[in-house]
Amino acid sequence: MSRTGTKLDAKKVNSELFTLTYGALVAQLIKDYENVEDVNKQLERMGYNIGIRLIEDFLARTGSGRCYDFRDTAEKIQSGFKIFLGITPSITNWSPAGDEFSLCFETNPLTEFVELPDNCSNLKYCNILTGVLRGACEMVQMEIACWFVQDQLKNDSVTELRVKFVKRLEDAIPAGED
Amino acid sequence: MTIHNLYIFSKTGMLLYYAEWNRLNKSGITKEEEAKLMYGMLFSIKSFVNKISPLDPKEGFLYYKTSKYTLHYFETPSSLKFVLNTDNASQNARELLQQLYREVYLEYVVKNPLCQLNEPIQSELFKIKVDELFKKSPLFLSRSL
Repeated sequence: MSRTGTKLDAKKVNSELFTLTYGALVAQLIKDYENVEDVNKQLERMGYNIGIRLIEDFLARTGSGRCYDFRDTAEKIQSGFKIFLGITPSITNWSPAGDEFSLCFETNPLTEFVELPDNCSNLKYCNILTGVLRGACEMVQMEIACWFVQDQLKNDSVTELRVKFVKRLEDAIPAGED
Repeated sequence: MTIHNLYIFSKTGMLLYYAEWNRLNKSGITKEEEAKLMYGMLFSIKSFVNKISPLDPKEGFLYYKTSKYTLHYFETPSSLKFVLNTDNASQNARELLQQLYREVYLEYVVKNPLCQLNEPIQSELFKIKVDELFKKSPLFLSRSL
């Protein structure tokens, strides 16, 4: 297995390949589970498992340190989308307490060439993203909740992903000697 | 200049990886006990440094030095902990640790789906690459012992 080309310059691949692979994954899950709710759940779980690894890639690539506040986090998440999906979602709709914001996607490489059939109206097609965010944030001691409020596939004008800060996770203390 | 040994700890304090190159003095306890001792000390130093610092401790604990060796500490925001012992003449060991994280840990552990993230690293490829990276580093000059 030769990996000489992967130093740090991200390997660029055509986003259509990614779009279609993701489409195949979702189609397979729908076939396997038959129940749309289960598919949503499964996508979130898979995203979580991707997120806990992807965060290391992000940290190594950007060399970024801890976030000082949630706005800082929002910007880093935005830059993460730029790095991994080549898109820059806008950050909007801050809650007054500053613990909740929305990411708005005008374009989304995941949903290109996609139309939802009628029997899938409850499907959260991009639900993998919510899992990725949750997993990645968990690894940097932050518990967040994250869900879709608008979806272009359901005839909204933009896709809106809501992110809510839940709590800080504490550093593990070493196991006792006794 | 010389590199003595390397520890990598997970966020929960588990010893993920240990390697040694030029270590003359053995601790006389098992590797597991030694790792626990090491992690406990690091944990204490970290909280000590953060509490006692008269200014905002931005980076926290970076290294300590004794008359014989220097311990370099690098922690990622995801709480992975890289610990490297070198002699006192070695500079820029931190950069080497960052390089280890970026070019070896990321490539051969994180991107290897067969490697569980919270378990000791078994991958032979990883071992080889760590060894390669350290041996080509200017810090690695074993004959100065």
